[in-house]
Amino acid sequence: MQIKDTVHFQWYKSAFVVFVIAICFIGSAMNIEATFMEALGNLDQMVKFLKKLSQPDFSYIPQLMGPLVKTLKMSALGTMLGMVFAIPCSFLATEVATQNKYITGFFRLILNIIRTIPNLLLAAILVAVLGIGEATGVITIAVFTFGLVSQLIYESIETIEFEPIEANESVGANRLQIAVWSIWPQIMNKVLAYFLYAFEINVRASTVLGYVGAGGIGVTLSASLGLFRYDRVSIVIISIFVVVLIVDSVSEALQRRLA
Amino acid sequence: MGKNSNLKKIAYLALFIFVVWFCAYDLNWSGLDGFSWGSLKFILKNLMQPEWSYFYNGSKEDVFSLMIMTVCIAFVGTAIGTVLCLPFVLIASRNLWKRNVIIPKIGKFILDVLRSFPELVYAIIFIKVVGPGPFAGALAIGVHQIGMLGKLFTEEMEKMDEVPVEACHAVGANGIQTMFYARIPQLLPLYASLVLNHFEIGVRSASTLGLVGAGGIGATLIFAIQARKWGRVSIVLLAIIVTVFVLDMFTGWIRKKLR
Repeated sequence: MQIKDTVHFQWYKSAFVVFVIAICFIGSAMNIEATFMEALGNLDQMVKFLKKLSQPDFSYIPQLMGPLVKTLKMSALGTMLGMVFAIPCSFLATEVATQNKYITGFFRLILNIIRTIPNLLLAAILVAVLGIGEATGVITIAVFTFGLVSQLIYESIETIEFEPIEANESVGANRLQIAVWSIWPQIMNKVLAYFLYAFEINVRASTVLGYVGAGGIGVTLSASLGLFRYDRVSIVIISIFVVVLIVDSVSEALQRRLA
Repeated sequence: MGKNSNLKKIAYLALFIFVVWFCAYDLNWSGLDGFSWGSLKFILKNLMQPEWSYFYNGSKEDVFSLMIMTVCIAFVGTAIGTVLCLPFVLIASRNLWKRNVIIPKIGKFILDVLRSFPELVYAIIFIKVVGPGPFAGALAIGVHQIGMLGKLFTEEMEKMDEVPVEACHAVGANGIQTMFYARIPQLLPLYASLVLNHFEIGVRSASTLGLVGAGGIGATLIFAIQARKWGRVSIVLLAIIVTVFVLDMFTGWIRKKLR
């Protein structure tokens, strides 16, 4: 980087960018009828709410254990299910493995479409299609994991070393053999790391899936919110926070061992 | 080696099957009882016929204006989050507090707490403050983004190259001058790319916040799902997918230019 490239020597460019962003901001704020003054004026409402949240009902913890464990199980099962489908599909979505432009393009398109749907909306649709319950939550998490992980896997397949593939090709291996014996060993550790990453995200996500009826601790959360029992809401959120912290630290320790 | 590694493989497989069974056996699968392939076929057939007349009909309740509103919510939310997270970043970055170990920890803890609440809960809080509407959604996304962007910004700040800072110190620059001449030029492109990425994430979450009445396209989707109007569901989904796809390409293009 030269000193001429820094912000201070191209101030007119920066000023233009700031101007465009400001215009966009004002336009968007007008579109959504943002009233910042009103928000500041009504802050006492928020203080009231936070005061209610700051008195957690600790006697509710024993009743939370069941749904919490269930949430963890749902996320684990959903993540594994998603991974099982994600691994072959991500192989099919790279030209390294298929050596065919059309198959790769087709699978990438499907993966991109799946990835763009927010998981809460996915849950809402699957609840309408399959019915309310934990099973729907598992399937939602599986589909979400599928979209998330397969992109990560195919991106890491594209960065592997090509010598083992060439070596196997030269002794006459077919596509499947190349995938199993020269691609898979190179990405195995990364796939395990992605599994842990996806599991973390899914534990976080599964806490809200219950809001649309997909089981887990989210059901307890939405029920407490509906009953205006903010002492319970806060204990639910605290317990989710603790579980996420534990999952995070365990997966971090495991990832360090893998790396 | 051969025999030993086979044994290992079998052990891992057994462990995997055991974990799957352990997670699956006491989940409540009865939710799937009402499911039948006939209804799935019916739904898929109807999803293939989007209700195009609903895309734009002049009223403010059509897919086109709601999608624009969703993008505006995400924009305002991301802008709020970006601006408000900067003070937290200054508190939480370890390299800005040379001798003090406690203050960065406090800053990081605040960011962790902000991040641990699901966006839906923030939306419910802000609906109490500013009333139901898109602005509540923007504030919810903004506060959640403070946590997410704050963490990523802090990580970048701690990873940055300290040599220019030292050089500035050596010629007698004070804290503010090092900030403007050594830190910001280095961090600005990285931060801009993170913000763009989170704008895209914000669009995805803005489309779900309608579930609790915080504006955007989510409410329409939920009503359509509950009324089993699959044609309408499919046009809304199509709009979300296309918008996210286009924004993905657009932000990707800008991020490539920034690098």
